[in-house]
Amino acid sequence: MTRKSAYPYWFFIPAGVIFAILFIVPTVASFYFSLTYWDPFEARFAGWDNYVQFFSEPFLVRGVLNTLFFAFLTSALKTGLGLLLAVLLTSGIFAQGFLRSVVFFPVLVSTIGVGLLFQELMHPTQGAINVALAAIGIDGPGWLVNPKLALFSVALVDVWRGVGLATLIYIAGLSTIGPEYYEAARIDGATRWQQFWRVTVPLVRPATNTVIVLSLIGGLRLFDLIWAMTRGGPGFSSDVLASVIYKQYQAGFWGLSTAGNVILFLMIAAIVAPLAWWLNRRELEA
Amino acid sequence: MTDRSLTARNYAMGVVALLLAFVVFIVPFLFVAINAMKTAPDAAQLDFSLPERWVFWENVVTTVQTRDYALLLAYWNSTLITVCAITILVIFGAMVGFVIQRRPSPVSRFVYVLILSGLMIPPAVVPTIWVLQGINLFKTLQGMILIQVAYGLGFTVLLFRAFIATIPRELDEAAIIDGAKPWQVFFRVVLPLLKPVTVTVIVVQSISIFNDFTHPLYYLPGRDNVTVQLTLYNFQSQFASQNNLLFMNILLITIPPLIVFVFFNRQIVAGMTSGAVKG
Amino acid sequence: MITRMTTSTAIALVLTANGAMAQELTFLVDASADSVAVAEALTKAYSEKHPEITFDIETRPGGGEGDNIIKTRLATGEMADLFNYNSGSLLQALRPHRTLLPVDDLPNFGLINEAYASTVQGSDGKTYGVPFETAQGGGIYYHKPTYERLGLEVPLTWEQFMANNAKIAAETDAAPIAQTYRDTWTSQLLVLADFYNVLQQKPDFADLYTQNEAKFADTPEAQRGFEKLQEAYDAGYFNKDFGAATYNDGVAMVAKGEAAHYPMLTFAVGVFQQNVPDLMEDVGFFAQPGDDPDVNGLTLWMPASLYAPKTTEYPKIVKDFQNFVASTQGCDIITATIGATGPYLIDGCKLPDEVPGMVADMLPYFEGEGRTAPALEFLSPVKGPALEQLTVEVGSGIRDAVSAAELYDADVAKQAKQLGLPNW
Repeated sequence: MTRKSAYPYWFFIPAGVIFAILFIVPTVASFYFSLTYWDPFEARFAGWDNYVQFFSEPFLVRGVLNTLFFAFLTSALKTGLGLLLAVLLTSGIFAQGFLRSVVFFPVLVSTIGVGLLFQELMHPTQGAINVALAAIGIDGPGWLVNPKLALFSVALVDVWRGVGLATLIYIAGLSTIGPEYYEAARIDGATRWQQFWRVTVPLVRPATNTVIVLSLIGGLRLFDLIWAMTRGGPGFSSDVLASVIYKQYQAGFWGLSTAGNVILFLMIAAIVAPLAWWLNRRELEA
Repeated sequence: MTDRSLTARNYAMGVVALLLAFVVFIVPFLFVAINAMKTAPDAAQLDFSLPERWVFWENVVTTVQTRDYALLLAYWNSTLITVCAITILVIFGAMVGFVIQRRPSPVSRFVYVLILSGLMIPPAVVPTIWVLQGINLFKTLQGMILIQVAYGLGFTVLLFRAFIATIPRELDEAAIIDGAKPWQVFFRVVLPLLKPVTVTVIVVQSISIFNDFTHPLYYLPGRDNVTVQLTLYNFQSQFASQNNLLFMNILLITIPPLIVFVFFNRQIVAGMTSGAVKG
Repeated sequence: MITRMTTSTAIALVLTANGAMAQELTFLVDASADSVAVAEALTKAYSEKHPEITFDIETRPGGGEGDNIIKTRLATGEMADLFNYNSGSLLQALRPHRTLLPVDDLPNFGLINEAYASTVQGSDGKTYGVPFETAQGGGIYYHKPTYERLGLEVPLTWEQFMANNAKIAAETDAAPIAQTYRDTWTSQLLVLADFYNVLQQKPDFADLYTQNEAKFADTPEAQRGFEKLQEAYDAGYFNKDFGAATYNDGVAMVAKGEAAHYPMLTFAVGVFQQNVPDLMEDVGFFAQPGDDPDVNGLTLWMPASLYAPKTTEYPKIVKDFQNFVASTQGCDIITATIGATGPYLIDGCKLPDEVPGMVADMLPYFEGEGRTAPALEFLSPVKGPALEQLTVEVGSGIRDAVSAAELYDADVAKQAKQLGLPNW
């Protein structure tokens, strides 16, 4: 009993109060407000109209698919590239410390800044990327103006911007793998390639889980980069749930916007909660 | 892979990696830097040519002076928000992580799940504005600070909890036997041991708060409340034809996070090691 | 609110102690260079007459962001003492009768153009704003040297317009029509500026539309605007980088002759003046043509207006300032600041004798009987937020005109329901 009192629950209170008022209350309230016609001036009860409206928006289904595509693509790329970069940057190559900083640098730069920068670089005719491609005889695509390509281009920029953080987490993960594992593998005659798949990949698993969950959540919620680069366009082709929600908010349809929020919440919960639960279970087993 | 000596192979790979990193990561920033030093018509071309006339300092001055020194005000506001929010996050977040880790119980599990859900669930923006207005914190720096605390708590508690698991319980038990009160155990014994993970929290969260665009856009309208990211955004609407100043603004607002990074570079990995990457 | 009151009270006290009764009013204005310049010039002139009154001008973004800021600040009682904002349907979303000060009692109220006044009226029939700038027309800028070289004439029908484009495409390197979808709002012009033609054939369209009895999709005349946009895209008349070009690019293209036409509102005159002053006289202007050469006129945009919130602490000063803006003196200050961009809506205000050619091109429409008609947003409170995305889609070949018109009809329903209009 004495031991329990050494870790009192009141330690939860200071953070809990802030969290409850500014996060839990609005989240719970959002269920009510999503059932109203709500704008800065009034809230009238609307029943399920907002949800009906949201699902009859022809662009919504597109937005949901785009959100999923974006989240899975970016988190797959960040996980894969992050691991490769981390292995490379812990292998004792020349200028290793400098390269680590370079890869991490985009994480420091504001997302809006990155968005504006790539908007210029990806300009279809004057952008540096297509000018460079033209110099070697390739007719570069309309990165952000081709409706089939826009979301993909934003995803590439998101990976560019976020891979530094994934790499950092992996570097931390790799540093927890003792050299004895590689010694043992080498004694068994494993090639570098086999060492990578049989030693590195399994043992760095906790870091992989962190990277996947963080980048998946980030991808599902992403707003600022898309907003800075395409505003969901051309047309609706790179709209994701977060940008649809923001557009409804902007247009003064607060109830509709909040209904979108609830839908995004349910979607993230449906994807990430099982994943987090699975991770948690692993943690308990460990 | 454990071979740390600089062999010819490592050297060659390093050079190749440097070249690739140069094209992929450095060239885009060179583009920003070069264009930030051009005159407006020159920068309108948006190419890689060297400036016709180097106007670095003039552009710095113009950018800073724009809109009545909005950038300086923004620096102050963003720094204040970041420093206050981080301080609160570290202390309160560590307290929560400490009890959750040390006292496994249904209550702790419930609190942990709730706080982790904050990492996942997108904030309900408009209802939050409604709450902030109700408690008179809408459009205030205090309100923004508390919002950043609420939104950053999930990640912070996650890191602290994992790190505290690596601190032997015997340490706090020894203090308890010596008659220390819970808060003494926490502040005198545990908190000082959390330095590595605290550095990680500070770096990761301060960058994300300082660079936050979305939440100030929603919760902190008004000229007096401008934050650095919003200056960029405002610049875009006001100076559609002045890319040089836009890029200069990007350069200027990247300096603070860069300083934080240079300062703490080596310690970040240490905190993560015990934090998010171990089972 | 409380903090601001104390600050300004404190300032007032300090200055009173110095012997003068000074008051500082706040003025929220959109961040476009023209609006800021006009706001600065008007307040400066006013302060010269009333030295005890000064103004603190604050800027806000335009477009949807700006709408949001305005609504939120009005709803929370944090609005500046004066602000500029659109007239017409966007104003209706501000619930003017609940949030704004009426201007019916201004001494100069009688000078305000009635057609304009009807677009800034609340549901209670009171008028809530004074014109902040001049009326605008929506039409097509064209590059005169290109027209002269090819021997083209200003088209009176859409058919002639497309024939001109075909000739330009065949005989020059210029893009027949400039489109600039990085600034998505510019994509709406060919649809919105077609409304004069809609009204000539369907005079009651706006009313039926408000009452949910007419739709873009089931009114062929209304759908024409979308079709025109699609025809232009299908013919391949747009500049190569239309998806990434900006409004400023569009202005530059038509001034330099890189594009022969640029559909735009006449407030672009200010941008021409600022960005390409030397090439200004190379650019002319005509109304978007319809299908009948005898029915040719200009779709009219009412200017943004100057409003004051009910919550202002200085209702008297604010009204006096609005009255000042709605005077011939106010018009002259605007002309002196940004030049003549179109006709004023205050009785007695005159344009200078010398106006740029593109402005001169637009004046005959205003002088002729029945040659102008207001855009739909000034006749109906129903306007959907997604039009600019839909027109980008049509103009980029992603969607056809019929489908866009149908989707736009669905989009406006949201606004109508939000406003609680009957019959929706």
